[in-house]
Amino acid sequence: MAGQLPSNDDSAAFAPARVWLMLPTWALIGFFLLLPVLLMLVYSFLTKEFRGGVIWEFSLESYDRFFLDRGLFGDEPPKIEWTYIGIFWRSAWQAGLATLLCLLVGFPTAWFIATRPPQTRSIWLFLVTIPYWVNLLIRTVSMKFLIRDNGPVNELLMALGVLDAPFTMINTNFAVQLGLFYSYLPFMVLPIYAAVERYNFALTEAAADLYATRWVTLWLIVIPVVRPGIIAGSILVFVPSLGAFLAPDLLGGAKNWMIGSLIEDQFKGAAGNWPFGAAVAMVLLSVVLVVLFIYARSQTRAGAR
Amino acid sequence: MSRLRNYPGFLGMTIFCLVLLYAPLIIVMIYSFNESASITRWGGFSLVWYEDVFFGAESAKFKSAAWNSLVIAVCAATSATVIATLAALAMLRGGSFRGKSASFALINLPLMVPEIVTAVATLIFFSTIGFQRGLLTILLAHIVFCIPFAYLPIAARLQGIEAHFEQAAMDLYASRWQAFRLVLMPLMMPGIIAGFLLAFIISLDDFIITNFVKGAGIETLPTAIFGAVKQGIKPNIMAISTLMLLVSVVFVTASYFVSKLGNQNR
Repeated sequence: MAGQLPSNDDSAAFAPARVWLMLPTWALIGFFLLLPVLLMLVYSFLTKEFRGGVIWEFSLESYDRFFLDRGLFGDEPPKIEWTYIGIFWRSAWQAGLATLLCLLVGFPTAWFIATRPPQTRSIWLFLVTIPYWVNLLIRTVSMKFLIRDNGPVNELLMALGVLDAPFTMINTNFAVQLGLFYSYLPFMVLPIYAAVERYNFALTEAAADLYATRWVTLWLIVIPVVRPGIIAGSILVFVPSLGAFLAPDLLGGAKNWMIGSLIEDQFKGAAGNWPFGAAVAMVLLSVVLVVLFIYARSQTRAGAR
Repeated sequence: MSRLRNYPGFLGMTIFCLVLLYAPLIIVMIYSFNESASITRWGGFSLVWYEDVFFGAESAKFKSAAWNSLVIAVCAATSATVIATLAALAMLRGGSFRGKSASFALINLPLMVPEIVTAVATLIFFSTIGFQRGLLTILLAHIVFCIPFAYLPIAARLQGIEAHFEQAAMDLYASRWQAFRLVLMPLMMPGIIAGFLLAFIISLDDFIITNFVKGAGIETLPTAIFGAVKQGIKPNIMAISTLMLLVSVVFVTASYFVSKLGNQNR
């Protein structure tokens, strides 16, 4: 009998109303996010007016400015402009390094939590989850407070006699990296935890029966099996790190810009070039969409296998 | 067996991870009780900076910012929860329809687009259509990015409820609305509450998008804190941070227990 009842997948009790049920979502996200993103694409091809405005005239100037250097008067043969590509490169590099560090710390943490007995497991998990929901601005400000020149970290190291004078961490690439790593670490732990929790330990036992050491088992069995969790965590760290604004702004200062700082400066800061800001945002969005597309393809392929 | 599960150094890594996550927050919390006006020297325990937050020179600014944050978070989370509940019904109980996967992508779009890109796009959009920037623009932007956060727990809950419930109700001549109102909604309640709480926290925490779409002179708590931090970290900022931290912890704990209770009732 039970087998004849419809399963959840083809349950359609609300099918006649589904258009009305979906309408608010389509309208709000479509009108206030999808349409704005398309408008931003249009904006990136418009001409800049002084003081933040635009002239509705087609222009490739923003992308030209991003990628090419035509000299002071614009009549020299174009060379590649490295300033903005350099900022992108630094962002990608910082985001990649943050992802790697989060993985190095996050994997053992996720594994440790997932292998605890059920009662203590939920306490450990809860401890990792709380910082995930604490205001990112407050977390970044706290890190700034901690590592400033006469902050607690330097005071401690000087009191212990490790340092004679404060070691400058703030306003360096190191501080930005620390900020990114610290900000997005929980994003790595949680998906890997979910994957390890589903891991079948009979595989580990089988490997041990065949005389594999624990580390060989980890490398050859565990990591390939929980790979979807590792990839999901890496994307959850890499994508927000790439477009981060708070960490480079509060911890990196004026010399260690990332893409987020460059975009913000076009709209809120001194630069005031909206089409150029839209073009930089478009380049960032394209990179992120390519990353997500590759991820989605690998997921469907893994699903098909 | 436990020998196979345990790896040397993994406990150490876990402790390192937790110390790194908590140390900055705890140290700021401790320094918020510092009597001294200097943020470096410890001058004894005191609540003077909390008094300053509520009654001091800048209290009016922070109070109005806190009020704005609260109003926006309540309105955005409520709207997002209602919208996400309807969407979950269509996606999980609406059969298969054309545009279903596109709808799914649309719900998740706010999670895929980097925050700074959403901020820029929304600013350009409001400025092009000539929409006066103010509380309403912040609210609209917040509703949009809260929808997927409300949707996730609600859909997860609805997926766990078997379709027999509303089918039985409708076999007994309940209308679709009655089947939802009297049968499905009570069962979905833990997911709906968890979704509301998460959306509330997400709205309360947002800085980047708010900073772009807010009008001149309108501040939420994060933008007010950011503005103040640009002048240097003062002890009253640490007191506000500690208060906001506690609010987040209370909400996350509440949402944790709500979903736990919901799972036990099933």
